[in-house]
Amino acid sequence: MSSYKIIDHEYDVVVLGAGGSGLRAAVGLSEAGLKTACISKVFPTRSHTSAAQGGISAALGNMGEDDWRWHMYDTVKGADWLGDQDCIEYLCKEAPRAVIELEKYGVPFSRTEDGKIYQRPFGGMTKNYGNGTAQRTCAAADRTGHAILHTLYGQALKHNTEFFIEYFALDLLMKDGECKGLIAWNLNDGTIHRFRSHITIIATGGYGKIYYSATSAHTCTGDGNAMILRAGLPLQDMEFVQFHPTGIYGHGTLISEGVRGEGGYLVNSKGEKFMERYAPKAKDLASRDVVSRSIAVEINEGRGIGKEKDHVHLHLSHLDPKVIEERLPGISESSKLFANVDVTKEPIPVVPTVHYNMGGIPTNYKAEVLTVNGGEKTVPGLMAIGEAACVSVHGANRLGSNSLIDLVVFGRAAAKRAAELIKFGTPHEKIPESETEKCLDRFDKLRNGNGENRTADLRLAMQKTMQSKCAVFRTERTLKEGVDEIRKPFDGMESVLVKDKSLIFNTDLVETLEFDNLIRQAITTMDSAYHRKESRGAHAREDFPKRDDEKFMKHTLSWCNGKETQIEYKPVHKSTLTSEIQYFPPQERVY
Amino acid sequence: MVQINLPENSKVKKGNYYKDKTGSKNIRKVNVYRWDPSTGKNPRIDTYEVDMDNCPSKVLDLLNKIKNELDSSLAYRRSCTHGVCGSCAMNMDGKNGLACTKPHAEIKGDINIYPLPHLKVKKDLIGDLSVLYKQYESIEPWLKTSKKIESTEIIQSKEDRAKLDGAYECIMCACCSTACPSYWWNGDKYLGPAVLLQAYRWIIDSRDEERKERLKKIADEFKLYRCHTIMNCTNACPKGLNPAKAIAEIKKMLATV
Repeated sequence: MSSYKIIDHEYDVVVLGAGGSGLRAAVGLSEAGLKTACISKVFPTRSHTSAAQGGISAALGNMGEDDWRWHMYDTVKGADWLGDQDCIEYLCKEAPRAVIELEKYGVPFSRTEDGKIYQRPFGGMTKNYGNGTAQRTCAAADRTGHAILHTLYGQALKHNTEFFIEYFALDLLMKDGECKGLIAWNLNDGTIHRFRSHITIIATGGYGKIYYSATSAHTCTGDGNAMILRAGLPLQDMEFVQFHPTGIYGHGTLISEGVRGEGGYLVNSKGEKFMERYAPKAKDLASRDVVSRSIAVEINEGRGIGKEKDHVHLHLSHLDPKVIEERLPGISESSKLFANVDVTKEPIPVVPTVHYNMGGIPTNYKAEVLTVNGGEKTVPGLMAIGEAACVSVHGANRLGSNSLIDLVVFGRAAAKRAAELIKFGTPHEKIPESETEKCLDRFDKLRNGNGENRTADLRLAMQKTMQSKCAVFRTERTLKEGVDEIRKPFDGMESVLVKDKSLIFNTDLVETLEFDNLIRQAITTMDSAYHRKESRGAHAREDFPKRDDEKFMKHTLSWCNGKETQIEYKPVHKSTLTSEIQYFPPQERVY
Repeated sequence: MVQINLPENSKVKKGNYYKDKTGSKNIRKVNVYRWDPSTGKNPRIDTYEVDMDNCPSKVLDLLNKIKNELDSSLAYRRSCTHGVCGSCAMNMDGKNGLACTKPHAEIKGDINIYPLPHLKVKKDLIGDLSVLYKQYESIEPWLKTSKKIESTEIIQSKEDRAKLDGAYECIMCACCSTACPSYWWNGDKYLGPAVLLQAYRWIIDSRDEERKERLKKIADEFKLYRCHTIMNCTNACPKGLNPAKAIAEIKKMLATV
């Protein structure tokens, strides 16, 4: 592959991705004096963190008594006991400090009457271990992600982080089971860049685009997850895909849970507030998997709204217009634009929509990537954070507003750990050329694809299969069909057509590389779902309606080589990090 | 008299014509600016006949349909699809906006799509925003406070926080700056409406301790005073923000310091 011009770089740390977690890590690394590169396929403020609306959870107690232990209990329960409680303890205990830090960075949080950070109720967030609603979700109106992302980018500029913007990462450079850096393609001028680094931090977000209807951005293709698979490492708990209860019907745009937090509610075609039946205590503020399933049942049983009876209504017109204007301006705008609805007068048509990946790259609470070799083992030189990672703090179902806090807590943890691990002045090792060649072979092969299959058609086939065979409710039959069907678009890549052969902003090739990334994750998601024969959190099997702690209180690990997968399991951590809190043993999960 | 000609390679030529193959009775013509730096050829306008019976409502849906079904080589930026990431800013029907929020039904006749005006084009609809990003860095977009990380937040009243409304929501799409004639002319020295709105966002943040220094830094005949209240910025903003007003506020503050 000598035809490609390769430019070499050396950094202490390379952060891949410039969303909330990548930027927070980059800030910490730069502060620690480490030579840091932050690589992103989009300009940082275009990252999908910008789309987060409702808020960021932390037991600040600004709006009533709160305790990080209550937050921890809620998260453990929300996760349907698949979360690792040591990691959840770390998340919830660190959360208040992380939010205060963001405020000092300049995030324009909404305020209480006495000038403190405003906090709203959110699904599954309770007081005193499930007794009453907690106001724990810190908000900047309904644009919290946008506000945090822009602020973190500002902080990164303040600390002179070196950015490589509109660079598309291709593969990790591995040597003897250790990560030595990565290779990326500069879309601006078509050059190939080889970054050698002591530590590589993957912060590439989720892979929602394996589905047809998702709140995810076009760019949410889980590129880092796929790089992990190609490096021969496993992904964890990929079957756990969160459907957000309220995506705008027909378009998929997110309508924040904050709407229900501020008093909005769901109704079916009979005008019933049906959540009262499914979650008598929490009602519309039950956790997301519960609300999404309830909506799906209402629709399946013929109580959906519209010609096709295929959606429900979210009402907020009873709220004080001033509250809507001050706290929910963004969703008012979205509803107008994408549903032609004036939220002060009419309900929003909504339907459960793919929103978040609980699964991803297995890590410990220090953000170090794990694999198994006998027991848990770290992969030297490699870390993962944010939605790309599976720490696992979200287990089988993430609570709303726990993702933004995950970004900053573990972004910071990664920077801290990297600073401990890297000895100043350590020389970079030589990496065998074969790694570069392997990577560029794949790149070159796809670039020169002259077959008959358009990338867009393969992607659509994958998305439709995921949507129909691996949805809110799953069965042995649909999953078995899915396992076969999802491999067809993978095979289709053998004769893919890439019309644009150039190297500068070749978005045809970018999308083909993204498809190559997506399809591997679609396969691992489908296969992991097929093998988990129980219902837990977001993974609801109609044929196995109960949680089975005896057989499945364990994390799925899936390796994927081409279309061949290997599924193994590892136990869920059954201890906490410190003696400040006791392990929460499994209970029945009712809201 | 002096004759001023555009360089030969800047002339936009007629490009390829993609005829509808679906037999649809509901066709619209979409003219799209194309330029590929690797060919050495002039820019061109390609025309696509698009079947509108199977196309959702926004201009971005149109472009996606073209890319997915007619011509995968078309290059444009896009990401969130609901007006929060700012990637798909472009010039549609002569007006800057976000392709993902602009309904194509609002455009009469043929649909003309160009990159944002007065930027260097990188390819097709992708403009070079690096100058604007540098200018954004220059206003130091971070909170300047002597308060160290403690256990509590800096107190800010609801009224003070409300001053940030209309400023912090900016998504840096550059629709405003690239609609500003003054920015077209002096884009290297004039900060332009997008960046000045962000400067204003930090100037009026009650938590920031360097308001005066910030004001002083931009009180420059080029950086700030190239704004001649043309108001194109406010007309162009797809988020309904008012950069012109923010610039006027900055000028007022400087006049009364």
